[in-house]
Amino acid sequence: MLGRTANSLFWMFRYLERSENTARLLEAALRMALTRDLVTAEAEWRSVIATLGLQQAYAAAHENYDGLSVWNFVLRGPSNPGNVRQMLGAMRSNARMARTNISSDAWEAVNDNWMKLDTMLARPVGQAAVGEVLGAIRRAGTQVHGAFDGSMLRDDGYHFSRAGTFIERADSTARILDMKYFLLLPSLSYVGSSLDTGQWEQVLRSVAGARIYSWLNAGQIEARGIVEFLVLDDRFPRSLAFCRNALRDNLAALARMHGVEGRSNALMRDADTRISQLDIDQIFETGLHEFLIDFLSRNASIAGAIAEDYRFHA
Amino acid sequence: MHASSGNFDEMFDGGGLTRPAYAEYRRWFDEQSGEFLRRKSREADDSFRRTGITFNVYGENEAEERLIPFDIVPRIITAAEWRKLSRGIEQRVRALNSFLYDLYHRQEIVRAGRLPERLLRTNDAWLDNMVGFTPPGGIYTHIVGIDLVRTGPDEFFVLEDNARTPSGVSYMLENRETMMRMFPDLFSRIAVESVSDYPRRLARSLAACVPPAFAGGKPTVAVLTPGTYNSAYFEHAFLADQMGAELVEGSDLRVVDGRVQMRTTRGYKPIDVLYRRVDDNYLDPLTFNPDSALGVPGIMDVYRAGGITIANAPGTGVADDKAIYSFMPEIVEFYTGEKPLLPNVQTWRCADKDSLAYVLDNLSELVVKEVHGSGGYGMLIGPTSSKREIAAFREKLIARTDNYIAQPTLALSTCPIYTRAGLAPRHLDLRPFVLVSPEGIDITPGGLTRVALKKGSLVVNSSQGGGTKDTWVLKD
Repeated sequence: MLGRTANSLFWMFRYLERSENTARLLEAALRMALTRDLVTAEAEWRSVIATLGLQQAYAAAHENYDGLSVWNFVLRGPSNPGNVRQMLGAMRSNARMARTNISSDAWEAVNDNWMKLDTMLARPVGQAAVGEVLGAIRRAGTQVHGAFDGSMLRDDGYHFSRAGTFIERADSTARILDMKYFLLLPSLSYVGSSLDTGQWEQVLRSVAGARIYSWLNAGQIEARGIVEFLVLDDRFPRSLAFCRNALRDNLAALARMHGVEGRSNALMRDADTRISQLDIDQIFETGLHEFLIDFLSRNASIAGAIAEDYRFHA
Repeated sequence: MHASSGNFDEMFDGGGLTRPAYAEYRRWFDEQSGEFLRRKSREADDSFRRTGITFNVYGENEAEERLIPFDIVPRIITAAEWRKLSRGIEQRVRALNSFLYDLYHRQEIVRAGRLPERLLRTNDAWLDNMVGFTPPGGIYTHIVGIDLVRTGPDEFFVLEDNARTPSGVSYMLENRETMMRMFPDLFSRIAVESVSDYPRRLARSLAACVPPAFAGGKPTVAVLTPGTYNSAYFEHAFLADQMGAELVEGSDLRVVDGRVQMRTTRGYKPIDVLYRRVDDNYLDPLTFNPDSALGVPGIMDVYRAGGITIANAPGTGVADDKAIYSFMPEIVEFYTGEKPLLPNVQTWRCADKDSLAYVLDNLSELVVKEVHGSGGYGMLIGPTSSKREIAAFREKLIARTDNYIAQPTLALSTCPIYTRAGLAPRHLDLRPFVLVSPEGIDITPGGLTRVALKKGSLVVNSSQGGGTKDTWVLKD
C-alpha cells in the first residue's frame, strides 16, 4: 500500500475519533450545565475549552463562557480551525484520498454522514438542536466503525486505521482525565463532597463510561476507583490500558505483515513495560498528572514513529 | 409527448410512432406511474451523491462538488447500428495509431503531400522527445473516446477524437449500475449488452503493454491523478479501485534505479504501466513545465529508456486537435487504404483563405471552435449568439485565424428526457470508449451519452450543465 494512503487511513480515523470524543465532551458538559447553577455551568464550559486546548482562540472570539457560544465555537466556529465541522471534512477528504483502499460500504458510511453533518453544522446550532447534532456526530462514528468492521479486508490498511483510532482515543481519555485532575487537585483530600462527585461523574460521561462504572462499582463514585477504571481496566474500550493493548496488537500485525519491526514497535514495548508495572497506588504516588503527561508524550512519539516506519511522507 | 422539430429523434419517428428499438421500453414506460418515475429520478440523484460520483467545479466557491444530472430514460442503439458504428470506430482508431507512429518517425504522410508540415510545427501538443521513439507495443492511444453525433437514421458523424485522456467512462459504468438497481424488471424484459467488464478489459489492455524493463510476474499498473481537487478525481479513484491498481500522485513517485517507483509502506516499488490522467505538460518538470508538482521528475528519460509504459503516450495530443481533425478523412485513407466508414463533420479551416472568407460571411450560421479548445469553452455557436457576440468573436478570429475551425450547425438528434411534464426531446451525442493494445482494439458496446438538459440547447458538456443517460446496445 502507498505510504500516503496509509497516512490517509490513519488520519481519517484520528479525525473521526476526535469528532466523536469532542461530541461526548460537549454532551457531558451540556448535562452538567443543565443540572447546576450558572457559576458551575460557566466553569464547566470553560473546562471544555481548556480540555480542547482552545483558550486563546476562544478568548479572541468571545467574552463569556456560555453554552451556546462554546458549543457553536467548538462545533463550527469560523475562528476555530479545529472545529468539529473541519474534523469531519478532514475525515472525509482523507477517506476520499484512500478511496481505493476502503470498501464501498465504508465510503458510503463516511460520505453519507459527512453530507448530513456538514449541512447540520452549516448554520448556528441552537439550544433545541444541539442534542440532536451531538447524537448524530456520535452515531457517525458508530456507523463508520461498523461499516469498517463488517466490510474491510484485514490487511495493513485496516491496521493503520485502527492504529489511528487508538492513538487518538488514548490521547483524548488522557487529556480529559488530566484536565479534571488538575482542576480538582486541591480538593482531592475531600473526596466525596457533592461537587467532586459531580465532576468525576462528568469525567465518566465524557468517555461514555458512567453507566459501566457504576454497574461495576455499585454506584460508588470515588476518584481512585475512577482513575483505576479509566487508566488500568483493560475491559473498558476507552481506557488507556485498552487502547494500549489494541494499539500493540495493530502494530504487531503491521510488523508481521511487513516482515520487519520498526521504531514504533520498540517504543510500544517501552511504554508497555512501564504501564504494566504500575498499579493505581504507584500512579497516585508519582502523581497522576506526571503519569498522564508522560503517557501523552509517549503516545505522540509512537504516532510519529508509525509515520516514519511506514513512510507516510516523502 | 414528442415534439420533434424536424430533428431526428431516437425514440419517435416523424409521425410520432415509437421506433422499434424503443418499443419494449415504451411499453414498460407506459406501465409506470408518474409518481414512481419521479421518485426513482430523485433516488438516482441521492445514490450518485452518496457514492460520491461528483465532479469538482472551480470558481464561485473554491472547489465545489457537483453531480452530473442523470436522466432515467436510456438511449438505445440497435445491434445492427452498433455493428456498423464499431467498424467505423475501429478503422478510425487504427488510423490514429498509425498516424501517430508515422508523425514521430518518417512522416510519410507529410512527404506524400497529404498533410501540411506546418500543422505539426505549430501544434502545441507536438513533443520533440517522442521523435524516433516507439512506445512499448507500438501503442500510442491506449484509451480513446470518439465523440459521435447523429443527424438521421443512417447519418452518424465523428465530432471529435479524444486521443489524450478521454474521461467519462466511470459515468458509463455507474449509469448502468444505477439503472439496474432502480429498474431491475427493465433488464429482464430487454436484453442489453453488458458494459461492466470495462475495468477488467482496461486492466488487461494496459498489462499487455509492459515496458522492456518489466521483470516478469504480474505487471504493476498505477493510475496517476493530479489529486482530489481534480474535476475527474472520482473517476481516477473509481478506475484504480475497479482495476485493483494503485492510485498515485506525483508526490508518491520518484525515479530510483532507472525505474519510476512508488513510495509504499514497504519502500519504493517499480511501476510497469502508468495510466496517467495528468496532461503532458505536467508529466515531467525536468522536460516540460518546471513548476509542475503533479508529475515525476525524470519520468521521460525512464520512458525513453524502456523503464515504464505511459498510457496514453506523451505527444498523442497532436492527433486530436481540431485542425488535424479536418484531415481525418485523408488520414484514415492514407493509413488503412480504405474509405472512412464514419464521416467527419464538414470543417472549414480558418487558416485557409477561401475557407476564412466563407466563415466570415456565414458566422451567424456556423459553429466556430478553437483548434485546441475543449469542454465547450471558447466557441461561438452562430445561430444562438447575438450580433454583438458575433462581432466580438469575429475580431478574435481575424487576429488568429489559424487558431480556429468552423463547422455547420448540425441538426443533432434528440432523445426524450424525463421531466416533470413527461418526456421531452433534448439533443445528445455519444462517446464510445475504445481500448487499444497489441492484442487488438476493444470497443465497449455503447459508451457515454451526454444530453443537453435545456430545451433547444446543443451544448452537452457537463461543465456547461449537460447531463448523461445510460446507453444501451441491444442484443440481437
